[in-house]
Amino acid sequence: MTTAATTTASPYRRISIDPITRLEGHGKIDIFLDADGEVADCYFQVPELRGFEKFCEGRPVEEMPRIMPRICGVCPEAHMMASAKACDAVYKVSLPLTARLIRELQYNIFYVTDHATHFYALGAPDFVMGPASNPAERNLIGVIRKLGVEVGQKVIQARKWGHEAAAIFGGRPVNPENAIPGGVSKPITAQERERLEEIVRYMVEFAKFTVGVLREHVLANSQYVDLILHGPYHHRTYSMGLVDEKNRTNFYDGKIRVVDPDGHELCKYAPRDYAKHVAERVEPWSYLKFPYLTEVGWKGFVDGKHSGVYRATPQSRLNVADAMSTPLAQEAYEEYFETLTGDRSGHTMVHQTLAMHWARVIEMVNAAERALELVRHPELTHPENYRVIPHDTPTEGVGIVEAPRGTLVHHYVTDENGIVRKANLIVGTTNNHAAICMSIKQAAQGLIRKGTDVTEGVLNMIEMAFRAYDPCFGCATHSLPGKMPMVVRVRDCDGTVIAETVRAQG
Amino acid sequence: MTASVDTSDRQPGKLRIGMYWASSCGGCDISLLEIGEHLLELIEVADVVLWPCVADFKYRTVADYPDGYIDVCLFNGAIRSSEQEEIARLLRVKSRTLAAYGACAMDGGIPALANLKSPGAIYDAVYHSNPTLQNPNKTEPQEHWAAPQGDLTLPRFYPQVLRLADIVDVDYRIPGCPPVGTQVWKVLQAVVAGEVPAHNDAARAGCDNRSVCDECHREKRKTRIKEFKRPHLAVPEPNWCLLEQGFVCLGAATRSGCGALCTKAELACRGCYGSAGLADDQGTAMLSAIGSVIDATTDDRAHEIVEQIADPTGTFYRFSLASSALKAHR
Repeated sequence: MTTAATTTASPYRRISIDPITRLEGHGKIDIFLDADGEVADCYFQVPELRGFEKFCEGRPVEEMPRIMPRICGVCPEAHMMASAKACDAVYKVSLPLTARLIRELQYNIFYVTDHATHFYALGAPDFVMGPASNPAERNLIGVIRKLGVEVGQKVIQARKWGHEAAAIFGGRPVNPENAIPGGVSKPITAQERERLEEIVRYMVEFAKFTVGVLREHVLANSQYVDLILHGPYHHRTYSMGLVDEKNRTNFYDGKIRVVDPDGHELCKYAPRDYAKHVAERVEPWSYLKFPYLTEVGWKGFVDGKHSGVYRATPQSRLNVADAMSTPLAQEAYEEYFETLTGDRSGHTMVHQTLAMHWARVIEMVNAAERALELVRHPELTHPENYRVIPHDTPTEGVGIVEAPRGTLVHHYVTDENGIVRKANLIVGTTNNHAAICMSIKQAAQGLIRKGTDVTEGVLNMIEMAFRAYDPCFGCATHSLPGKMPMVVRVRDCDGTVIAETVRAQG
Repeated sequence: MTASVDTSDRQPGKLRIGMYWASSCGGCDISLLEIGEHLLELIEVADVVLWPCVADFKYRTVADYPDGYIDVCLFNGAIRSSEQEEIARLLRVKSRTLAAYGACAMDGGIPALANLKSPGAIYDAVYHSNPTLQNPNKTEPQEHWAAPQGDLTLPRFYPQVLRLADIVDVDYRIPGCPPVGTQVWKVLQAVVAGEVPAHNDAARAGCDNRSVCDECHREKRKTRIKEFKRPHLAVPEPNWCLLEQGFVCLGAATRSGCGALCTKAELACRGCYGSAGLADDQGTAMLSAIGSVIDATTDDRAHEIVEQIADPTGTFYRFSLASSALKAHR
């Protein structure tokens, strides 16, 4: 809703952006300008609360993988998998190989689909069409018109086949519910495996094609490269992500590794130890909490080695990984670090916020290649080892996966009958909440100066600061084309509107 | 309910369609995209005039529309905040036909499980007692907070989750979590063809008239249950009715139309299409379904078997607590 600007005897002018685009529900930005027209401060508010952590109490823990996907209908697989892994830990079961293969395959296919929708529908329009291009064309339709219908068909096919794969695993194309404590609800037949391999082979080609799109339409443009490298989109924060035993990327399982802004390891821990490393802060002006690293501490909304603010994004996952787990992704990883840091080894950290789009595309390649390895595994179609019956008394467990938008934690404590007594969730985007606030403020400060004409293009470039994170607040919608409405009003001290910019229809 | 087709007051030209989200997960918006290539057909005959995640329309623009300007508005998500109520009221005025789209708008959905807890308990868990919190000053989100430079506001968090129909009159209800794409497309085709009246007393659309059991592939053997099993502790026999095997399955109490997708994946139905009967209370319907399959000759034995169900309230009303007789905490 439009903000009822409260009149205060303040020397500051307020610019309200309400609602902000591509958040589930409504995000809101208030920018305060000082007497010189410079940005004095900036608040990004999340006005939503549903309380999953509380209403899961009293529910049977095996129902969590069926309830939790409704945190987000866009990335339900991430919540289902984190939840199922927490259930496995609650019952102290280790999965049979086939169960593990099915889950990780399903998860990697989901990853490709999810990253593809963000790249084409949300990220690419700013670059393919231009950051300050006509907003009526700066959307997925514009991208398809510019790149050609055959590109659009490829994107639609990737989505469609991704949902077909979801239905093979879990019956439902959206909100699959097939992960259960101890494995998955149904095996994969040889015939289903063949179709899955066909889908995955297409996804590998599609991911490679997407790298080409990025190269041609973003990296070949020196202005964009300059914007990525030197624009007001840069924070030297800690990075967090899952790695395997060789410190390579893995989205489904591993240990959580955190590195400092220079790339030195701060800690590496098993999921069950997450609460020793991450704490959450509450601010009175937002329903969403602010996680930070306990070893460093909360020092406010600032970056640097002394500040516990961290990011958990595709870029962070590349920062924490010594290498990608698959060959084509590794090539892309080396090109990425070489271009952005001059060091293809990956030992010099990337901190440019907008480069997250590039990292996301590299992860698409990685997920598709990993899925191809898994779908060809001879044990995938074993008729019995898709689940195991838990026998231990349920107690407590933590499950962690890398959601597309960040490290996702589900933590349950149950009674001896497996009824949930406590639940704690740290959702992908929540990790990045402080960093997103900082990125918005930094973009606003860099783009709005004394005498700046606050055009629609300027607004869009402020939006680009959070869009890079692919945010999913409340964990919710993020992945669809186009824009939500936006109106920016500049008010004087009495709350009277003195200037207004309305974003044109898209 | 009106059976006849009334299109007399439809405005000339293309239909105007709106889609909105309130307290929801985004799955309903995804489900509308699930109509796939039909979306292009739809855009030929209908203009989208509100769809926050796809098109760029401001609330201000919506507020400036003449009353009844939107021909059909699909509203997803439940009502949990003052902002959501405000938008619901605005869209009722601006829409000729307002449909509750998906389980949350229709019956509260999974977020309505929060009605089993008090708002204070939710705040306590989320902001005070969870293991990762560092909140020594007991800070909580405030509707008004004075930043050094000016006042910041948040919408009010309501004491309970409400349905769209608890706030405004609803013309249709489209069930599902989320609604299945093929059903959604059938509804839209009917709308485009002018085959449905604008107002229809919250009639259900986008579903069939039977129960999920009627479209489930699994065989009923008319056997009776001696015990209930939890789904992770036993492997079901394929192709045999899950309820008859002792797994709580809401198929009998749930409206058909989804295609019984979950039971194909060896999972019991959890009732996302809402009550199968005319009454909204899905739990009582489920209780009577269970009463008919348990193998007990005495009340005590019947009681003993039913006691084995781990969480009857959270299971029988998984998606429909806001429509139940229980409604809310206290």
